[in-house]
Amino acid sequence: MRTLGWIAINGFRESVRDKVMYSLVVFAILLIGASYMLGQLTAGQDLKIMKDLGLSSISIFGLFMAVFIGVSLVSKEVERRSIYGLLAKPVRRHEVVLGKFGGLALTLTVNIAVMTVALYAVLAYVSWGENEFARQAREAPALDPAMLKAVVLILVQLLIVTATALFFSTFSTPILSAGLTVGTFIAGYFSQDLRNFDQVVNSKAAQVLARVISYVLPNLAPFDVTSQVVHGLPVTAGYMATTIGYGVVYIGILLVLAATAFSRRDFK
Amino acid sequence: MPFAIETIDLTKDYAVGFWRKRPRRALDRLSLQVDAGEVFGFLGPNGAGKTTTLKLLLQLVFPTSGEARILGRPPGDLAAKRRLGYLPENPYFYDHLTAEELLTYFGGLLGLGAADRRKRVSTLLDEVGIGSERRLQLRKFSKGMVQRVGIAQALLNEPDLVILDEPMSGLDPIGRRDVRALILRLRERGCSVFFSSHVLSDAEALCSRVAILAKGQLVASGRLTDMLAFSVSGWELVVADVRDEVLAGLGTRVKRAVPIGGGRYELEVPTSTPPEQLLADLTATGARLVSLNPIRETLEDFFIQRVKQPS
Repeated sequence: MRTLGWIAINGFRESVRDKVMYSLVVFAILLIGASYMLGQLTAGQDLKIMKDLGLSSISIFGLFMAVFIGVSLVSKEVERRSIYGLLAKPVRRHEVVLGKFGGLALTLTVNIAVMTVALYAVLAYVSWGENEFARQAREAPALDPAMLKAVVLILVQLLIVTATALFFSTFSTPILSAGLTVGTFIAGYFSQDLRNFDQVVNSKAAQVLARVISYVLPNLAPFDVTSQVVHGLPVTAGYMATTIGYGVVYIGILLVLAATAFSRRDFK
Repeated sequence: MPFAIETIDLTKDYAVGFWRKRPRRALDRLSLQVDAGEVFGFLGPNGAGKTTTLKLLLQLVFPTSGEARILGRPPGDLAAKRRLGYLPENPYFYDHLTAEELLTYFGGLLGLGAADRRKRVSTLLDEVGIGSERRLQLRKFSKGMVQRVGIAQALLNEPDLVILDEPMSGLDPIGRRDVRALILRLRERGCSVFFSSHVLSDAEALCSRVAILAKGQLVASGRLTDMLAFSVSGWELVVADVRDEVLAGLGTRVKRAVPIGGGRYELEVPTSTPPEQLLADLTATGARLVSLNPIRETLEDFFIQRVKQPS
């Protein structure tokens, strides 16, 4: 565990010292701030717009970060050959993969926490001094703690994306890994549709193939509860537990595959 | 006592080609032993298979066949790695870290305690001559400075075996002298040193034994002086006060006579002429001996010869 901790902390340090990462976080915070302007253009929907835009910003910029750092941390080690010095130390190869993932997870968690604080700060500013009537008229309070549920699910979703990027980067180039990860992310939103393929296609083979692919791809749609949260609809503890549990299992499988691929690789 | 390094028929093929992969042999049935406590030079021209061998020893690549043992254990064994130091060729380390942070990180991976780690990091950075730049990010380091950091990280755990891949690469003359002194200090404290190089003078100055690799095959191994003694291609004799008619009378006993000023001549003597007899004849005519040296083939000549006549 100590080895994993050292590798994770070094990975985190590498990410936070990367100027691209700062740019992404600053840009996301600016966009969350700008949602205030958009909110002013709508009659009585300002907080909904801000929450929707804010949570979407966290998700999209988090995706950039997950892909960017997910594909680069391991591949940079290999391309720049720093892996030679690292593997000569008493470190097992799977510990490198798990440690890197730990560093990435820490980086994402910190960045998403910063963006979430920014979103709550903007919402607090807008709702400050609001009268009781306006407060009662809203479907959900301005500083709704339920937004944290959406943020937690976004984080788990992005950890799946990170693990996917890490998996691809253990055996392919950064550009190809990024392409495959983004492709998996997009396809992951439609994996539920693939499961229902038998309702629109008669071919038995196509149905079986679609079903297999749907189980291989991550099912990412359930992690998006933004609209429920924005409209004050409940997101139950059971739903949270099931979705997070699915995410954890999927991440675990990806990390095992990534560690296996990395453990067999020749570093020429 | 186990060998510091032992390889038995170690072989590595790399797959080359884009569509139709075919194997290219980088290392062919290498068998060698490095004794504990010795400085062993692993020599060869570029592309000979030296780095591949070191990567196999560190399990950075996996062998096609054969086996290797480091400090009596298989490559990749954690207990062996704890007693091992390694400097890669043209090392690259995380350039977002300072030299101090890098060594602290590696010290942590080696399981050094906090107090011990701080002390070792500080001592080693001073020892390799970059103590005053310890808080500078590595991206601002020159190639030579990175090489020094690489040497420092290889010595963090006071290893029993140090593997150095081209340790003099990128170093200025002072740096090379420092590394040579360091290797000798390691030998004094009983540490085995296995280093690859294509520079013969480094090996001559440091090694008790060497192995020479060419095109992935071991072409010679043993003491370097013993190996090259058989390859003396002649003698360089410098004499003074030798008369012109004496020189003219030497005939085919010398290949060449070149005046080098101050009344001295440099004579190139073929191996067919015994230098002792020639020297006796010259001194009998009043000539004085200035120097007599064997002309050895260069390592490159030796390689070419050995590659043409594989062992």
